[in-house]
Amino acid sequence: MNYPTLDTPLHHIESKTDLEEMIKTNEKVVIVCGRMGPMCVPVYGIMEQLEPTHSDIKFNDFLFDNPEASIIRNLPEASRFRGLPFTIYYRNGKVVKATSSLQQPSAVKQIISKVFA
Amino acid sequence: MTTHDIIIIGAGPAGLSAALYASRAKQHVLVIDKSTAGGQVKTTHQVANYPGYIDPIPGYKLASNMHKQAAAYGAEFKFITDIKALHLTGLEKSVELVSGEVYTAPYLIIATGRSPRLLGLPGEQELAGNGISYCATCDGDFYKDKDVFVIGGGNSAMEESLLLLQHVKSITVIHQFDELQAEKVTADKVKAHENVEFLYSHEPRSFEFVGEKVQVEIENLKTHERFTMEKDGVFIFVGMIPNNDVLKDTGIELNPYGYITTNEQTMETKLSGVYAAGDIRDKMQWQITTATSDGTIAALAINKAH
Repeated sequence: MNYPTLDTPLHHIESKTDLEEMIKTNEKVVIVCGRMGPMCVPVYGIMEQLEPTHSDIKFNDFLFDNPEASIIRNLPEASRFRGLPFTIYYRNGKVVKATSSLQQPSAVKQIISKVFA
Repeated sequence: MTTHDIIIIGAGPAGLSAALYASRAKQHVLVIDKSTAGGQVKTTHQVANYPGYIDPIPGYKLASNMHKQAAAYGAEFKFITDIKALHLTGLEKSVELVSGEVYTAPYLIIATGRSPRLLGLPGEQELAGNGISYCATCDGDFYKDKDVFVIGGGNSAMEESLLLLQHVKSITVIHQFDELQAEKVTADKVKAHENVEFLYSHEPRSFEFVGEKVQVEIENLKTHERFTMEKDGVFIFVGMIPNNDVLKDTGIELNPYGYITTNEQTMETKLSGVYAAGDIRDKMQWQITTATSDGTIAALAINKAH
């Protein structure tokens, strides 16, 4: 079954293979895994705004309800998460930071400047 | 330093409506927002009461449409931008950003809106997204067949409780007053559920993870007795607060609740050339339609004066 993608201008991850390829071929990767809900939409917007000034970072979304998104849902770093979206920051293929639920723009900028320094 | 005709602080419906009307009148408009376009609308699941849309429209789509419409007429936007200081008392108003950039204009519209109130209690920030939630639509299914607290007794608390009841096993409502503040029709729907109990005249004091549960310290406001209860999660819906942080020491007059008082005919504040529109304004009704109305009136008043 083909799952729909999220209605955002971010690059869409649609499968585990997509994700593995993305983190294998790019040093700095952000995945926002959620739905088109009230807590998720602002986070996609933040990433959309940051994208033009952070060309070294690949910003992506991933529909939470896509069964293939279990690769995100089952991350040990997300085991206690109970709020959408799950935002995962990868560096060199490894999770370097993970957050749950809505984040403020300043918090996202702070994370990016720290983990992708 | 960059000069515009009008600077609008806030890109919610009020700010975007003002941007649309001013841009269509060939004003050089800059809209600044600490987040992205849409204000509270973008965090609204479905909007069912905005004229012109027969079927409910997702809030993010309505916000996106408003943004694109204003941008199409030439309005400029600076998003994810923190303001360091506003200088509003002179003829030329200026906005100093944390990044060091400075923007000036003879007219400025404040449309910073409101935000959901946080409780500010110990443990709240640490558990946000990990046991504490502010959105039943978003996070309700993480609590399928679980027991949760709902903090609050107003309309949003009861409406969100009804959504949560589609997922959870039980709800314990913690509310500071003796009765619910929500509209009776909504409150009665919640009360009709056998798996909802109410702790009236109680308030939470702290949150802590204990094992897999969230432990809430609760105070009985009448006896001042404190005790703890554990549930699987906590949903907090305790009203809204005006976003007036950037207005400190600017000379803008706020009412006792932190909202800006304006001339009802023009939306101008007591500072000449400074206008306010939308939910930050002292008014009786906070709706998308009243926000767009405020933004329209402010822009038209400036268009006429400029």
